[in-house]
Amino acid sequence: MSKKDRMSGNEAVAFAIKQVNPDVMPAFPITPSTEIPQMVSTYIANGECDTEFIPVESEHSSMSATIGAQAAGARSLTATSSCGLALMWEELLIAASNRMPCVLALVNRTLSGPININCDHSDGMGARDTGWIQIYAENNQEAYDNFIQAYPIAEDKRVHLPVMICQDGFITSHAVENILLEEDKDVKEFVGEYTPEEFLLNPGKPMAVGPYSVSNYAMEARYNQEMAMENSKEVIIEVARKFKEKFGRGFELFEEYRTEDADYIMLIMGSAAGTAKQAVDDLREKGIKAGVLKLRVFRPFPADEIAMALKNCKAVAIMDRTESYNGHGGPLASEVLAGLYRNKVMIETVAYTYGLAGRDFTVETAYEIFDEIKDVAENGKKVKQHRYIGLRSLEGDK
Amino acid sequence: MDNKGIEIRWHGRGGQGAKSAALLLADVAFKTGAYVQGFPEYGPERMGAPITAYNRISNKEIRVHSNIYTPDLVIVVDETLLAAVDVTKGLKKEGAIVVNTDKSADEIKPLLNGYEGRVYTVDARRISMEALGKYFPNSPMLAAAVAVGKVMDTKQFLDEMKASYAHKFAKKPEVIDGNMKALSLTLEELGEV
Amino acid sequence: MRTDVSKINESTPCEQLTEGLHMYASATSKTFNTGEWRTNTPVFNAEKCKQCLLCAPVCPDSAIPIKDSKRGEFDYDHCKGCGICVKACPFGALEMREGQ
Repeated sequence: MSKKDRMSGNEAVAFAIKQVNPDVMPAFPITPSTEIPQMVSTYIANGECDTEFIPVESEHSSMSATIGAQAAGARSLTATSSCGLALMWEELLIAASNRMPCVLALVNRTLSGPININCDHSDGMGARDTGWIQIYAENNQEAYDNFIQAYPIAEDKRVHLPVMICQDGFITSHAVENILLEEDKDVKEFVGEYTPEEFLLNPGKPMAVGPYSVSNYAMEARYNQEMAMENSKEVIIEVARKFKEKFGRGFELFEEYRTEDADYIMLIMGSAAGTAKQAVDDLREKGIKAGVLKLRVFRPFPADEIAMALKNCKAVAIMDRTESYNGHGGPLASEVLAGLYRNKVMIETVAYTYGLAGRDFTVETAYEIFDEIKDVAENGKKVKQHRYIGLRSLEGDK
Repeated sequence: MDNKGIEIRWHGRGGQGAKSAALLLADVAFKTGAYVQGFPEYGPERMGAPITAYNRISNKEIRVHSNIYTPDLVIVVDETLLAAVDVTKGLKKEGAIVVNTDKSADEIKPLLNGYEGRVYTVDARRISMEALGKYFPNSPMLAAAVAVGKVMDTKQFLDEMKASYAHKFAKKPEVIDGNMKALSLTLEELGEV
Repeated sequence: MRTDVSKINESTPCEQLTEGLHMYASATSKTFNTGEWRTNTPVFNAEKCKQCLLCAPVCPDSAIPIKDSKRGEFDYDHCKGCGICVKACPFGALEMREGQ
């Protein structure tokens, strides 16, 4: 039976960690994810779980120790944010290329600079090509649910890749909201025991992890890793279905909110999706056919599935909570557009950058965006293909 | 509280407990079966700097994750903020504001940029000193938020808070009575709202 | 051996490589004849050797076998001829010779 409770996003993830009771957690504190290792170490001190907590001197070390522990045969994880994730950069690729099914609880915070502690997705997006599966949450409930699904995805034989469970810094990590918690035994049963076939601390069965690879092997290894990422899509869907069967909630690759007959769709990720849904309900009351496609899984990127989900609408606003500095839009925009083109779905699109470094995203902002893409589709209004939301400028809208 | 729920904005100074009060309010409102949200807006995390915290409480699921710009209720935990922050900005006319001060509502009104709605004052310093012997403004302000915001029945509020303090202060039972006294004194002084 | 090194080479298709190029086996370096890389060769003079064993631990390729606390002839299948052992020998029992 689910139990009604209320807690913050950080509390929810720490609670899920306690229930899963992984073997090893090396971690280094950084705002706004600090509470996660702090709460887990309290659970450990109180004897509520027996995870081995390793205090380390940096995030470079926490990810290294996570990989080491995972390779040794222990179910491992760490947590971080922002610059902490950036400092792990080298190790993130090593975790993935060594096919380590470890987990990282990421609490999204902007990357410097200008230095700032608030939410955007620049940390997670910066790690988008490191070979990690990335799953984003709208609220504390999804952060909790996604964490419970992380190991079953990562440890599946078709995958063996690390998983990043992401939630929005402060907006969900520090917000107390209602949540449904599951029984310890049900969570443990869902996640199962970790029984790796091969691991370093296996007496009589020695192995080597991460050997040097000359050019004649490395490209094949990379391809195999990419295949595992492609395969992970079906595993993520299977695990999500199993989760829904057992606990009665959740989404697969993305949530389609009132998109079935929608003319105008906002494609968005994270906590702002809830705000966008409220705007959709309000606009629907006025007879405007609006909808939201909330992306849950960013890696692997469901390009074809998104294109199919959007193919009947007139215009889509693609919302990036980060800047790519590529001169033509954020990462979501680039990838969604590639998916649309490849599937020959020639609808109107506008790429928006919003919410950088904690800039608020309101229901009113969502109205304005829907209004603009409606104008584009209906009246052929010409707008810049890459727009900034709520920017102060002498030249007006950007 | 009607179906649309209530939106509350807290103004305080870093370290005064405005964020904790907002989280406590979410906590206690949750006990009524409501959907709740309690969250802080962080600046550079300096002790004494103006901070804002928010609550949404509703009978319907809360999905919006933005700050609150047109609150039904504003709670000012530190009177000195009236000079520094536009605390009534966006506050609904049919809403209310509660200020922690030893002054009367009539004395405070002229400092509220012409706000025409209901104004209440709570002398949290005196109440806290009397009840706890120390200055912790958040218990009186929490009680005021519940009463003025009609978040829940005040009797149920006191019962829930007693249980919550008993849990929170299991190792310091001596502060439970003081905190409870601070809550009930505030409710008494506010009277009918 | 769980990974048969003899069956993995630079023509192996990707499907037959191990996950993450892990090596599920030990001491696989023994199967590689690195001795053929040698351009100079250390020579062991048993008569001058006092069996102090200072040479063996400095060998980067474990090419000096020890049995019953005594060193024996070089393992020329793996000795790359680096000459470190010659420098380590206090008794002149090891000498470098040009060529293989």
